Amino acid sequence: MKKMMSAALAAAMLGLPAHADVKIGFVTTLTTPAAVIGNDMKNAVDLAMEHLGGMAGSTKLEVIYGDDQFAPEAGKQATDKLVQQDNVDFVAGYIWSHVLLASRKSVLDADKILISANAGPSQMAGQLCDKNFFSTSWQNDQTPMAMGEVLNRQGVKSLYIMAPNYAAGKDMTAGVERTFKGEIKGKDLTKWGADAQLDFSAELAKAKASGAEGIFVFYPGAAGGAFIKQYDQAGLKDTLPLYSVFTVDALSLPKLQAAGFKAVLGSKTTQEWDPTLDNEANKKFVTDFKAKFGTYPSYYAAQSYDAIMLIASAVEKVGGDVSNKDAVRAALKEADFASVRGKFKFGTNNMPIEDFYLREVVEDADGTWTTKVVETVYTDHVDAYAAECKMN
Amino acid sequence: MDTTLLIIQVLNGLQLGLLLFLVASGLTLVFGILDFVNLAHGSLYMLGAFICASLTYALGNFLLAVLVALPLTGLIGWLTERVIARTLYVRDHLDQVLATFGLILVFDTMAHIIWGPQGIAVPLPDWLTGQVSLGGDLLVPTFRLLIIGAGLAAAGGLFWLVNYTRLGMLIRAGASNRTMVGALGIDIQLLFSLVFALGAMLAGLAGMLIAPITEASIGMGNSIIITAFVVIIVGGIGSIKGAFIAALLIGLIDTLGRAFLDDLFSLFMSSAAAENSAPALSAMLIYLIMALVLALKPQGLFPPKVR
Amino acid sequence: MTRRAWMTLAVLVLLAIVPPAFYLSGNAFYLSLATRLVILAIAAVSLNLILGYGGMVSFGHAAFVGLGAYAVGIPAHHALYGGWDALATNSGWLQIPLAVGITALFALLTGLVCLRTKGVYFIMITMAFAQMIYYLIVSIEEYGGDDGLVIDSRTELWLFDLDKPLQLYALCFLSLLVALGLVRMIVNSRFGMVLQGAKGNPERMASLGFNTYAYRLTAYVISGAMCGYAGALLGNFTTFISPEMMDWHRSGELMFMVILGGAATTIGPVLGAVIFIVLEEILSSYTIYWQLPFGLLLIVTVLFVRGGLAGLLGGRK
Repeated sequence: MKKMMSAALAAAMLGLPAHADVKIGFVTTLTTPAAVIGNDMKNAVDLAMEHLGGMAGSTKLEVIYGDDQFAPEAGKQATDKLVQQDNVDFVAGYIWSHVLLASRKSVLDADKILISANAGPSQMAGQLCDKNFFSTSWQNDQTPMAMGEVLNRQGVKSLYIMAPNYAAGKDMTAGVERTFKGEIKGKDLTKWGADAQLDFSAELAKAKASGAEGIFVFYPGAAGGAFIKQYDQAGLKDTLPLYSVFTVDALSLPKLQAAGFKAVLGSKTTQEWDPTLDNEANKKFVTDFKAKFGTYPSYYAAQSYDAIMLIASAVEKVGGDVSNKDAVRAALKEADFASVRGKFKFGTNNMPIEDFYLREVVEDADGTWTTKVVETVYTDHVDAYAAECKMN
Repeated sequence: MDTTLLIIQVLNGLQLGLLLFLVASGLTLVFGILDFVNLAHGSLYMLGAFICASLTYALGNFLLAVLVALPLTGLIGWLTERVIARTLYVRDHLDQVLATFGLILVFDTMAHIIWGPQGIAVPLPDWLTGQVSLGGDLLVPTFRLLIIGAGLAAAGGLFWLVNYTRLGMLIRAGASNRTMVGALGIDIQLLFSLVFALGAMLAGLAGMLIAPITEASIGMGNSIIITAFVVIIVGGIGSIKGAFIAALLIGLIDTLGRAFLDDLFSLFMSSAAAENSAPALSAMLIYLIMALVLALKPQGLFPPKVR
Repeated sequence: MTRRAWMTLAVLVLLAIVPPAFYLSGNAFYLSLATRLVILAIAAVSLNLILGYGGMVSFGHAAFVGLGAYAVGIPAHHALYGGWDALATNSGWLQIPLAVGITALFALLTGLVCLRTKGVYFIMITMAFAQMIYYLIVSIEEYGGDDGLVIDSRTELWLFDLDKPLQLYALCFLSLLVALGLVRMIVNSRFGMVLQGAKGNPERMASLGFNTYAYRLTAYVISGAMCGYAGALLGNFTTFISPEMMDWHRSGELMFMVILGGAATTIGPVLGAVIFIVLEEILSSYTIYWQLPFGLLLIVTVLFVRGGLAGLLGGRK
């Protein structure tokens, strides 16, 4: 607060042009069990604001949160309110692909900037791409594509696939099927949303009976923990090795550790970020996050942190004048900020071009379960839909 | 079709059916005897899970936690009856539906405030985490067998209670003729409170049994309560036997639908379309059965004899 | 004029003036809120016809809202992405009759079965049919399944340009007036008398020679179609449709609006919708735990405010 005031005072004394505060709307899930993700993102945004001192150059930033209640309709309403009532300049956040797809028109029609800090539905990287839409995460297919590549390298011949039945679940399965060269023995898409299916007994029995050499799953949030436990209880660790994306993460690991599910140690996932990535921004982010909130940040947190830093860099570049949209877009596109990924650049469709790593679940020096990088799977990977994007 | 897989899926269906029965039996008792529609019955399922989860960490033992959590859940049921339900008995079903709908919001938000949004994973003792061989390559998770066993035991206990004890006699009498029980000089208020607490314990037990598999999470009661209502409507309101048969029927249909419907569908549509539509259609099947039963037998399969 | 008539007039006049005034003074969000409110009020008014006057407690009315919305969304979807040429259009001449027609048909088919049951069985079977439609829509991949359907273009109508928020609101408000008038006309007609008689004493009505089943079925179909129309408006308002719209919680909310405002009163459902939406908005802007006070209020209303707000404010009949 003090820092903010002194910065504002300094700006006034130097006679810099005074601009109104820049407002950022941040839509995420704050209720329902999925709020565990939303709270992690919110923590990261608060940390980013703290690191920035609440300022982008000489412009004061303000973040207003919206709760999507894990449902597209509620997410759209929250977005409408941010755009129409709070008159924000940027709308960021969005965990869920279907929420983002439902909300996109509200933001873009009002000529505001939309930044996804997680969801990466294929449509919005391709046909529905927009000059006002940017992402600090990935396109949904990319992470499972990296996993498919890993499976090929490890010589896995056949695979069973499980994912929730919604936009991202379909993208994830499409992603792994695109790169995996072996046979797909079976696929189950399960009910998702506020009353998501959490007992996977029928599906796991099918997977086991299919004789596949491995199982690929995508279960973000609370469902991930539930899946891992049942996988463990069904004793599939040796017969049906687990290859997951967005399932074993900094949110599910503390719970799994508390409940003693050792089966998850050593399991591998692919991701574009990891707490062990060796760069200044990431060290500061992970250390401060752990000090402040007591847990490792998740990739949701990392992407949210980057989203705020990206916005701040652009606001600073245009000197706080966000009314000139062309200038704002150009400034965003430069992505001139210290990303926790080490490097950051946008492709033609405003999706990041980035590296993907294979991560392994390990115990850190303090005995806390976390992940570490095993190898780099893709370098400067471009998503598969970039060519379909005709940016207007 | 692979018989091993079929047997496993039948067991899975049985497990779901028995959990459904635990929730539905309390619901049908409260409904049959008290003529009270309790949408918030699912909240007791959720609270049972949360209380048991907390206690598992506090006491360090899952089974001990269940034993302590059961009376606690019963107590919550008792209090709910005293404070809210009691004033609603004289009202019509519409008022009951709305008030207990409000109660769901209250219970869910309270759980959010007390336990946070993230849900709690429940650790099991080592001897429950493995698998049991039922001959050949038929491996079943031990804990799922325990659920089936506990469910059957609870069902058996309930049959004994209702059919062979004095309390059970009163319950049966209350279900068919409320005023007569009152006229016999029985403390009907006490009977009602007991029935409510019993229902709460049964629902809570179901929550405690499922928590180690999924986890204790907010809103977990809302998905099961509607299915439980389908069970008691199909079975006939007030009928424990009806609830038992309908619960197993619906548990099996749901599980087998999820397991085999997509294979069936892919015979006449693209496999991608089959994967997408099969889970939703197997969920739809439950309601279709309910509509069918009601169209043919408007009082359910086992209607109470006197109303 | 009676006190209740004055109240009805006051609520409608406020709804006519306040939201547009907000919009014109630069608060676009409040017009959006009011548009949603008025649309849900139409749905609540339609539910009131059968619940309030006919004694049929439908716990599945949200299905009609959803079906009406998809009747707008599906033609719009095909108009944009091709396929199903006979349906592919943005014209209101097709979409609106489709919404009304399909919901009327759904009401007729389900009503034939539902109305054979009574009491709590009726509550549950209407819910069951709504769940069936919910899962049916979820299973149709082409229309987005669980993810829902984004409508990129609104219904094209004569006189009204629905892309203009004020005109959309005007249409919704006028529709509400028509719905209120229609329900009032039905209730005061001979048909309405029989319907209300069948609620209080079905045996007597039957012994007087009325086929109460047919009367109730007709009312059920009218109610469903009116609710479907509200759904068509809702689809145009949100430009996004999802199965979520048919969730049983939504049906519960509609019931709550009717009871909160006052069942079997003209203005009750409108009043209920106003309180519901405004309260939800205010509470949720203060805390993420807003459902706690909201739930408590629901319980208190049911326990203590008999006859709803219309009864409380306008005096009992």
